[in-house]
Amino acid sequence: MSLPLKISAHEEMIGTKRGFSLARREEITGWLFITPMLIGFIVFSFGPILASLIISFTDWDLLQAPKFVGFVNFAKLFKDDYFIQCMSNTLYFVITMVPIILVVAMTLAIILNQNIRGKAFFRSVFYFPSVVSTVAISMVWLWVFSPSDNGLLNTILHKIGVMNTPDWLGNIATVKPSLVLMRTWQSAGYYMVIFLAGLQTISPELYEVADIDGASKWEKLIHITIPLLSPVTFFVTIMLMLAAFNIFEAIYVMTEGGPGGATNTIMYYIYHNGFRLYQMGYASALAWVLFLILVVLTIIQFKLRKEESQ
Amino acid sequence: MGNVVKKIKVGRLLLFVMLVAFSITMIYPFLWTIFASFKTTEQLFSGKPLDLIPRPMRIENYKDAWNFVPFGRFLLNTLFIAGFVTLMQILIASMAGYSFARLNFRGKNIVFIMLLGTMMIPGHVTLIPNYVLMRYLKWIDKYQALMIPVIFNSTCVTGMFLMRQYFLSIPKELEEAAIIDGCSRFKAFWTIVLPNTKPALSTFAIIGFNAGWNSFLWPLIVINDVKKMTIQVGLSYFRGVVSSNWGVLLAGTTMAIVPVMIVFLIFQKYFVEGMVTSGFGGK
Repeated sequence: MSLPLKISAHEEMIGTKRGFSLARREEITGWLFITPMLIGFIVFSFGPILASLIISFTDWDLLQAPKFVGFVNFAKLFKDDYFIQCMSNTLYFVITMVPIILVVAMTLAIILNQNIRGKAFFRSVFYFPSVVSTVAISMVWLWVFSPSDNGLLNTILHKIGVMNTPDWLGNIATVKPSLVLMRTWQSAGYYMVIFLAGLQTISPELYEVADIDGASKWEKLIHITIPLLSPVTFFVTIMLMLAAFNIFEAIYVMTEGGPGGATNTIMYYIYHNGFRLYQMGYASALAWVLFLILVVLTIIQFKLRKEESQ
Repeated sequence: MGNVVKKIKVGRLLLFVMLVAFSITMIYPFLWTIFASFKTTEQLFSGKPLDLIPRPMRIENYKDAWNFVPFGRFLLNTLFIAGFVTLMQILIASMAGYSFARLNFRGKNIVFIMLLGTMMIPGHVTLIPNYVLMRYLKWIDKYQALMIPVIFNSTCVTGMFLMRQYFLSIPKELEEAAIIDGCSRFKAFWTIVLPNTKPALSTFAIIGFNAGWNSFLWPLIVINDVKKMTIQVGLSYFRGVVSSNWGVLLAGTTMAIVPVMIVFLIFQKYFVEGMVTSGFGGK
């Protein structure tokens, strides 16, 4: 970053000959190389964030010119029963999915970090579903959860003697846990790989020292592995939180928000308002509220983490 | 002592059995889908889903998927769009990554952090303004909508970070000699540096293409014309239209999964590498 304050006479001479000093040339080249990416992100990312905030203060159906309405959309939001339902459904997914997937992923990573026969195979198999699209996976899981004799899960349950099986996706009580199960199945392997990468960074010497001290496996796990994984755990928690708040595709394909609105999530509601009802202002207000919630939660987590490490 | 060893062995065995059981639950749904895509609708709804073997074998599911539902078109669209987007991302992001790794300029750190920061921004905030922009440009139902804005997504940032790390790991001397000889910076980058980053480029290509292949919400919003749909949107669209013909739908699902499966089997290590980088890039 630091630019040379004094340019040698020789360099200066060359520089003036070409019109620019060397440092100046480098500066221009540097900016030129990032220009395409920067322009793209200004147009399609930074600009839209700002535009989204502006649109959230308007009433706009895309047919007529947007009408400035102040905070009306935000006021409406807190009186909107659907919004409250969507928010509580979304929170259900966040509160269940984040810890469950975290624990499953970390456990799998710790197990597969040991010398187990076929560990490379197991790693690939657990990881694979996360590279497949959620739409395709949802199509498959519609068959897993299918209520009649044609569903895989119920057929297996019948085989092992459980006869009173529910209509997993058609029942308010079971639909959310079913989606949590599917998402865990699909994405635990992804976070497992991140944990595995984190485990590689823990020095084996620490375990050797612990062995000399006669520490048990369990003690090593509690006092070495888990504390030293905490930066990765922190990072995975934030990623999981973002993913859980944004849950959309599985709901779009599998339940469309039903039954009885039990899987109406905030993301699905944004989609519904924006692209089915064409209420751009209200949908933007929803998006911004979700955005602010995510920002606040992320800041809280960073603060907690700082306190923890102090 | 002997008891302890035995205990450990039994524990190991139990763990192994558990892992095998888990693996079966991971693989079985995919296997089932591939087998079921050859079944007749009657067999699918016959109440014996665990009977894997299609009887009779109905290859027409694929013919129908190809003709009756334009899945072939969906596949070509997706291949073309994901390919174009990935190529553009590689070009744009490796240039930026090179600049951040090698060149000094004012404001470099701020721009770098701002670009990385976009990974933390949930896509839904930019969804509506970008849709409005597409309408304004009259790009709704045009391939441009699926090709241009998508270049600048989080994969682009991941790739930029990946490339920057790689450039930092190769010696400066590589291109400096050429630059002293009067070669322009871009030419040195293009002809000398970039060909030396093949492992990073492969990782980038794989994760970029996979993200493009699987993307759903954006193509769902900007495309209504069936002929221009991508595989994921087409699949979900036809679920609504031919909901009774599950044989065809499962053939479509298989076509959406199998290419990914093949790419995964061949290039697995790049997937993992790219993911670990993207994981730590956001940190």
